[in-house]
Amino acid sequence: MELVQNFPFACIILTMFVGVLCAVLKPKTARTLAISAMVIVGILSFATLSFVVKTGEYYVYMMGHFPAPFGNEIRIGVLEALMAFIFSIVMILSLLGGMKHIFHDIEDTKVNHNFLMMCLLFSSMLALIYTNDLFTAYVFVEINTLASCAIVMLRKAKETLVATTRYLIMSLLGSGLFLIGICILYDITGHLLMSNIQTSVANLVATGAYRIPLEIIICLFVIGMAIKSALYPFHSWLPDAHGSATSSASAILSGLVVKSYIILLIKICYRVIGIDVIYQSQALNVLFVLGLIAMIMGSVNALREKDLKRMIAYSSVAQLGYIYMGIGLGSEAGMIAACFHILTHAVTKPMLFCAAGGFMEVSGGSKKFKDIRGAGRRNLLAGIAFVVGTLSMVGIPFTSGFVSKMCFAEAALGMSSKMIPTLVVLSISTLLNALYYIPAIMVVFANTGDEVTLFADKKDVAFMVSMIVFMALNFVLGCGSGKIIDMITQGIRMLG
Amino acid sequence: MLKGLLTNYYETTAMIIFGIGFVTLLLNRNIIKKIIGFNFMDTGIFLFLAAKGYITGRIAPIVVSTPIEFETYINPIPSGLVLTGIVVSVSISAFFCALAVRLYRAYGTLDLEEIVTKMEKDQGVY
Repeated sequence: MELVQNFPFACIILTMFVGVLCAVLKPKTARTLAISAMVIVGILSFATLSFVVKTGEYYVYMMGHFPAPFGNEIRIGVLEALMAFIFSIVMILSLLGGMKHIFHDIEDTKVNHNFLMMCLLFSSMLALIYTNDLFTAYVFVEINTLASCAIVMLRKAKETLVATTRYLIMSLLGSGLFLIGICILYDITGHLLMSNIQTSVANLVATGAYRIPLEIIICLFVIGMAIKSALYPFHSWLPDAHGSATSSASAILSGLVVKSYIILLIKICYRVIGIDVIYQSQALNVLFVLGLIAMIMGSVNALREKDLKRMIAYSSVAQLGYIYMGIGLGSEAGMIAACFHILTHAVTKPMLFCAAGGFMEVSGGSKKFKDIRGAGRRNLLAGIAFVVGTLSMVGIPFTSGFVSKMCFAEAALGMSSKMIPTLVVLSISTLLNALYYIPAIMVVFANTGDEVTLFADKKDVAFMVSMIVFMALNFVLGCGSGKIIDMITQGIRMLG
Repeated sequence: MLKGLLTNYYETTAMIIFGIGFVTLLLNRNIIKKIIGFNFMDTGIFLFLAAKGYITGRIAPIVVSTPIEFETYINPIPSGLVLTGIVVSVSISAFFCALAVRLYRAYGTLDLEEIVTKMEKDQGVY
């Protein structure tokens, strides 16, 4: 075994211990420690990624000394390593982008708790990405839930309490369904490790036994994860939670946390149930239809919002609809497009939220459209980032949003039965995106007689770095998409 | 159908309890009752797991000094899962209770609908 193979496990454990340490440190020290731990995780994840790309095959890392059917495992392929790498970059940048607001919006005695929750959140996301054991996945889903609810609650404002309550209730319903799904699956297969379950399920399908329980299990997993990642009819908690948290918390919640559940769902599709069984079941068609509805309804709701952060949050609902639509297409190309859109949204939405934080800073802390008029002139860097983000979300060429839309369209062309609705909804949704983002740009850059300043606060270097790197990432994903898509394709094939 | 439900009465009960908890968590207006509903939901799952792990006529898997065949014991894994689940459920209940305390301090009621009305009044009309 090579040293680099230990890195994924080291990443999970490092972030977790650093999180615990942050609880007892002074806020500034906790910040430095958390950021440096995340940088280390980023470097280690990059090493893991280059290792698996070089060897071209996945490997299984045994935790403890018990082999397969008894012990716990994590499994690392190209897709997992790529996601972990991009997630760590986005995590660092979102934290940097909202760093000033963290110290401003949260009570002084609780600032270190923010870093504790961020570290726990990151650790649980890494574990969800890497794990090869369903029950471990459940435990980390719950850790993720608790940490993300706590992070919403930390901002000192009364409305976050209600947002947290809604978020917690919906999350608990989702994870309850997920847990009962795991229990029934354990009941009929006798295993908790993903690879063993897959073998058993293949046997069950071949013999035709337990057909109804299997279908119910698929539904439970799909609905559970759909509730937790805010697919359209279950989205009611998302605008509150993402609209009222601090800007870096909103960025991380919408950019990464909801995605980690989708990645878990993709892993369940490929590694637990087996993708052929999934293709035959009706669950994918339900996801497809709900995804299409989400693309329209998310945008329609965003059109009606008078609050910038809530508008961006509703736009997340629409973007999650894109991802579910890609999964629901039921082909490999659709899955690749969905994975690419996960990355696109992960680099774009945090940038929008951080830019919104920059606007709020120069508009007296308000996020209503009537108060942020001209904020883009007062904080030009945030304004530029906002424009780049919106262009990417609308899907203008050279940005990553364009590539993912093209991937979706190409994937739809391969599925004759679902082609027409996909293409129609894709174009309507693009139009709607433009309809609410372009007025937002016009409001932000409205001429209110303020003089144009590039940096609202010259001391806030973290914000500048974060915005510039986010913009660069958007163009890198947009122009250099070929290599990333190759990696995703390789990763998806490795999952099967 | 009915016979199957009666034979597997543990599983049937577990699913009914899960359903009661699920609906309470989703629909009840009172935060405390929601917490109780959440605990019901998890208890239902634990009952299901425990019932699945038990094999009639066998004993708890505690190895004593004399070597005994593994056929003597019940399946220990579901019990382990129940323990893990209880830990998770306790921590979430604690978090939820803390949230309820803060909600009560902020709004003076535990009724979620009333809280939402008060919050909207605070913020002005949306």
